[in-house]
Amino acid sequence: MEHYLGLFIRAIFVENMALAFFLGMCTFLAISKKIQAALGLGIAVIVVLTITVPVNNLIYNYLLADGALAWAGAPGLDLSFLGLLSYIGVIAAIVQIMEMFLDRYMPALYNALGVFLPLITVNCAILGASLFMVQRDYNLGESVVFGAGAGVGWALAIVALAGIREKLKYSDIPEGLRGLGITFIIVGLMSLGFMSFGGIDI
Amino acid sequence: MGLRKYLDDIEHHFQEGGRFQNWYALYEAVDTIFYAPGHVTKSTAHVRDGVDLKRIMITVWLAAFPAMFYGMYNLGFQANEILAGGATQPEGWHYAIISMLGGYDAGSIWDCFIYGAVFFIPIYFVTFVVGGFWEVLFAMKRGHEVNEGFFVTSILFALTCPPDMPLWQVALGISFGVVIGKEVFGGTGKNFLNPALTGRAFLYFAYPAQMSGDTVWVAVDGHTGATALSVVASQGMAALQEQLTWMDAFLGNMAGSIGETSTLAIFIGGALLLLTRIASWRIMAGVMLGMIALSTLFNAVGSDSNPAFAMPWYWHLVVGGFAFGMVFMATDPVSASMTNTGKWIFGILIGLMTVLIRVVNPAFPEGIMLAILFANLFAPLIDHFVVQSNIKRRLARG
Repeated sequence: MEHYLGLFIRAIFVENMALAFFLGMCTFLAISKKIQAALGLGIAVIVVLTITVPVNNLIYNYLLADGALAWAGAPGLDLSFLGLLSYIGVIAAIVQIMEMFLDRYMPALYNALGVFLPLITVNCAILGASLFMVQRDYNLGESVVFGAGAGVGWALAIVALAGIREKLKYSDIPEGLRGLGITFIIVGLMSLGFMSFGGIDI
Repeated sequence: MGLRKYLDDIEHHFQEGGRFQNWYALYEAVDTIFYAPGHVTKSTAHVRDGVDLKRIMITVWLAAFPAMFYGMYNLGFQANEILAGGATQPEGWHYAIISMLGGYDAGSIWDCFIYGAVFFIPIYFVTFVVGGFWEVLFAMKRGHEVNEGFFVTSILFALTCPPDMPLWQVALGISFGVVIGKEVFGGTGKNFLNPALTGRAFLYFAYPAQMSGDTVWVAVDGHTGATALSVVASQGMAALQEQLTWMDAFLGNMAGSIGETSTLAIFIGGALLLLTRIASWRIMAGVMLGMIALSTLFNAVGSDSNPAFAMPWYWHLVVGGFAFGMVFMATDPVSASMTNTGKWIFGILIGLMTVLIRVVNPAFPEGIMLAILFANLFAPLIDHFVVQSNIKRRLARG
């Protein structure tokens, strides 16, 4: 239990997807103007990550890894070169399902997220989490916890960024920096603040 | 009043169309240092108050004085103690000036004070000139006023520097703090991080050798002395109590960043800030509460491998930069939460994070700086949710 809690906290703070690895930047920068939309997107990312990482874990361990197909009578087969392809496929399918779900039940959020919802498919944070899972050899339980933690961390970061950007509406930013420019600076400074966790070993 | 007349006489040069119109910000700054601005609100309904931004900032600046003067004395005292202990007399321009004005007697207040002043004043001077340069440059180019907020930023930044810091790093740090931490957002009141801390954190990560470790805390070359927090982290509370009593730590008889050592001197400044209601008591109380809660929890849990778990809250209060951060940095009205409930949450978050970093994170012995920056990131969000819940509650009330 303690191990899982440690992993969860590490995934949120120490190895924050957005502010320690700078993954998922396109959506991170684009959908952070309003707290409401950022919150919606954050929750969407949490859901997608919590589902896709364990599913990909199963696919990797029972279909793709070296010798994983032993149960089907092919112990010498190593299909891990198909990894990227299958992870993206799984992610795309899950995102599609979620998009239909949101369209049907939460049209306001669906409209607010717009084109960025389908773009979660190619959000590097989500593919990144699956790749980290393979690289670090997580088992099924660990990958559920890691997926959820990575999602919560990313959501926390984007909501905080949206909060700061809403506050900065009252700022007087030099013309050339308005919009994306200042957002890059903000993200850099945020990551300075998140350095406080760097080095914690849980 | 000769000065008033002189300023009025030259004013037209600085106004639009005048010879020096680009320098108006500088003229305005000089004028308002000596005289209260003449602007008066002309519309009907507004709140009258003797306090303005200028007075608030100057008060904070004055509140930092006890910590500054004690810091200078203590810097010299610590160094002279070590020199008296047989360390070789160092060379360099610092020491030439000290020899000229005083001596190296640890028992003499004057000698210690001069020693400290010779190290601190150049740091403060560089901070002021370099930071002021950016401030005035942005004010001139962007047409806002030079703000007294910079007095506060500069003194707080200089007081958080280790005494031995190279001056070019001081210049780099304050430049980063003022430009990236404040001016790119439009100047005082428009930033979201505390500029002094931004500059210091930048230096901390860029030049860890000069900003942390065991050799930087006493202004004697080659002297190694661990700070109280790193002693606790590596050897435990018992080892710390052998070399330092609580009272010593409270009064500030220990090595450390220039302004952070004496909890008493900081509290004197803090009392002034609370009395004038410039600093929020809610934030300070929140920081204390969070720190006490988590350190007591760590005491209760205990740990075999990490001696810092056993550090009681009253020690957390007096060592490191906790008191300085709580009184001067966390209460920065711009980067903290604005709502009353939000201030409590903001303060508690800082307290918790400080102890968490100090105790659990082996990479950083001190945590208050990063804890405040971290809480700054979430301050707007905290406000947002406090406001939302107020709206919800009022709607429900009908």
